[in-house]
Amino acid sequence: MGAVSVALNRFGYGARPEEALPEAPRKWLRDQLDRYDPSPRIIADQPPTRDAAALLADYNRQTRMARQDAAASPMPAADTASDADPVREARRRAGQQMRQFYIGAVAARTQATLSTPAPFVERLVHFWANHFAISADKLTVTGFAGAFEFEAIRPHVLGSFGDMLHAVERHAAMLLYLDQAQSVGPASRAGIAARRNGRNIGLNENLAREILELHTLGVRSVYTQQDVGELARAMTGWTVAGLGRGAGRRAGAGQAVPGSFLFADRLHEPGTRTLLGKNFAQAGEAQTGAILDMLATHPATARHVATKLARHFAGDHPPEPLVARLEHNFLETGGNLPELYRVLIAAPECWGDAPVKFRTPWEWTVGAYRALGMRDVAQPRALVNQFVQLAQPVWRPGAPAGFDDIAASWNGPDSLLRRVELAERFAARSRDRIDPRARAAKLFPDALSAATQQAIARAESPGQGVALLLVAPEFLRR
Amino acid sequence: MISRRNFVSAGAATMLGSTLGARMAFAAAPTDKRFVFIIQRGAADGLGTVAPVGDPAFVRQRGVLAEDFADAPRLDTLFALHPQLAAVGSLYEAGQALFVHAAASAYRDRSHFDGQNVLETGGSRAYALHDGWMNRMLSLLPANDARGIAVAASVPLAMRGPVSVASYAPSNLPDASEDLMTRVGMLYAGDVELDAAWRQATATRAVAGDAGARRNAQATGELAARLLADPGGSRVAMIETGGWDTHAQQRGRLGAQLGNLDRLIGALRDGLGPLWDDTLVVVATEFGRTVRVNGTGGTDHGTASCAMLLGGGVAGGRVLADWPGLSDGALHENRDLRPTTDLATILTGTVSAHYRVDPALAMRAMFPDARSGPAVEGLMRG
Repeated sequence: MGAVSVALNRFGYGARPEEALPEAPRKWLRDQLDRYDPSPRIIADQPPTRDAAALLADYNRQTRMARQDAAASPMPAADTASDADPVREARRRAGQQMRQFYIGAVAARTQATLSTPAPFVERLVHFWANHFAISADKLTVTGFAGAFEFEAIRPHVLGSFGDMLHAVERHAAMLLYLDQAQSVGPASRAGIAARRNGRNIGLNENLAREILELHTLGVRSVYTQQDVGELARAMTGWTVAGLGRGAGRRAGAGQAVPGSFLFADRLHEPGTRTLLGKNFAQAGEAQTGAILDMLATHPATARHVATKLARHFAGDHPPEPLVARLEHNFLETGGNLPELYRVLIAAPECWGDAPVKFRTPWEWTVGAYRALGMRDVAQPRALVNQFVQLAQPVWRPGAPAGFDDIAASWNGPDSLLRRVELAERFAARSRDRIDPRARAAKLFPDALSAATQQAIARAESPGQGVALLLVAPEFLRR
Repeated sequence: MISRRNFVSAGAATMLGSTLGARMAFAAAPTDKRFVFIIQRGAADGLGTVAPVGDPAFVRQRGVLAEDFADAPRLDTLFALHPQLAAVGSLYEAGQALFVHAAASAYRDRSHFDGQNVLETGGSRAYALHDGWMNRMLSLLPANDARGIAVAASVPLAMRGPVSVASYAPSNLPDASEDLMTRVGMLYAGDVELDAAWRQATATRAVAGDAGARRNAQATGELAARLLADPGGSRVAMIETGGWDTHAQQRGRLGAQLGNLDRLIGALRDGLGPLWDDTLVVVATEFGRTVRVNGTGGTDHGTASCAMLLGGGVAGGRVLADWPGLSDGALHENRDLRPTTDLATILTGTVSAHYRVDPALAMRAMFPDARSGPAVEGLMRG
């Protein structure tokens, strides 16, 4: 593939039939940094975090009341297990509404990707959302998943890594997903009071560990279990207004918009913390703030981020010289993201002729929709199910490490079969409106193999030709 | 069918040229053996699965998590089984379930990804090896026995490597037309990576049939049984389960997880029928969880956990453990169950006995970097 195909497919999400091909591929990419819209209409119209928070707070309230009622007048076990169980009913209703938010957000994300004037930057939004992964399979996270990307990632994709880190770790979705909202300092006022009452509440180190392992320094780098514990203690008090459990919820009651970040001093472990040999004596919220600032510009973080970016654009085994240049740039600019993107655009390692990546299901799907000229998502629910079938449900990697960014995770026999099944359905919808020979030439101006051209030309119908185009080797890789 | 079988044979034949090839003579005769590895991703709490209720520190250390075991079936004087594990419990009573406790891989840190990498590659540290111990196990087996399948949309690391492996997961998409399938096959003929994947995909689809339509735990067990029972189908399978990372409110979540695992295993046993006598199932996770309950009714990442060996040939009805104890002083880094058994010695011990392969050879192939001592003997009957 030549430079035009690389720009379109490796950096972007594939060509659209009605758009002119970029004449100067590198400039086309650089210009996108000015064209990107952090809040296009379809995304601005999505319900914000406070809407999902209000739903979840309401559900928590119902659950608590039902439990109190049950405690006041114990019911026989058979009744509590039936469908009339108010807790179960509240859970079902809340789950349904949260899921509605989730489905709408997946459709909005997809639609924004189909019509964007800056596909390269959209790709970076999705890259970072996966770097700071949350997983919507947790009921408390489902309704916030879209808002997380729209509020914590999109506004910062052209800012600094540190700004994005702060926004991410303060967002309700992250604080709930990795249990931070429930963590209580053992020596905090709430912790001491709870122990006096014989209740066992305390630290949860989940988010602290993943910040060090996944978000900043990287696994097997420079931190120890001791550092995890210290960050967990510093972070106590970081919670979500209206949504923390027990002590956290009461500490924030009536203080702020539900779902917004809340520092609850009652939960905060007092004292100086020591992380990576540095002392952090700050009081309250500023303590973790200072730690995040240190982590955001740490050399290990630079290395970690450089490696992941290089892997995304230069191949599963990223070339060391490119990683080193990105790392150097990160340290020099203090984590200025557009500067990193410029390094990628300028890097010869990213412009090799042979494809370097196997498209993930997400990339393949939006690439196919763009190739077919689609702009709207007609059936959001079906779209969500489709991503499940392709084994990459949006914002649901199932683990805080996010989805893998290597071919072996996506090129299995079964996933290939699914793509062929879907391609036939996509093609059926576009039947007879598309000449697959012309479309293939348009989409891959300098990269179409003879075998693919021949297979398409010999198809029994235009629809079948379109299906073959969508699963051709050129289309599965970038 | 034929195309895939040829392909797998070709994969095995390639191995003859490698260093392992010469050792294939040890297990040349085809058998009826089946092998299933169920991975628990997310660090399953071994202490909440097979609980050391007889340990004097158990109730104090486990707090609210001890309550699930108030009426749980006792396995022996020390251990009790989580009440959700009914099918597994009945296997135990029949002498077909063996639990290995305080077991861990060589990994001693607390990252899921690295821990799973070590569990699946069989290396001594993360990223030391690039393919999986199951794939290297396949290289020890006669071609007929070495037909592996991942019951998943893609092949997990434990099964990746030079021996070709199929993958298949339930789907609710309508099948593509036969004509398109044929043309896609032709289109991929010149592309090594896609051609191999496509041959396996089409062959497996033919075996799975209707069982490929549902996705719950029981259905997954039924599907795996079907893929393994078919005479021309697979002999070795890997099944992935997730959701074990119970940082908060562990009681209900772990109970539901174990219930699903139990249904999966029950369906597998029922679906295999008489073949169960020749089947070995191994259940294992990347590491365990903290001994003490954390501040949110859950547990954090720990070290040792509990593995299960199930099947007609397992010398079961017992818990194998060099029990380290739960008192404060006995814990690993004052928080985790101390590992006293290396999973590598269990996996090689059980696999070598199952397939009658020399244990030292199995160890060298499956865990080439292991410094854990010899394979454990006596895990299988006969």
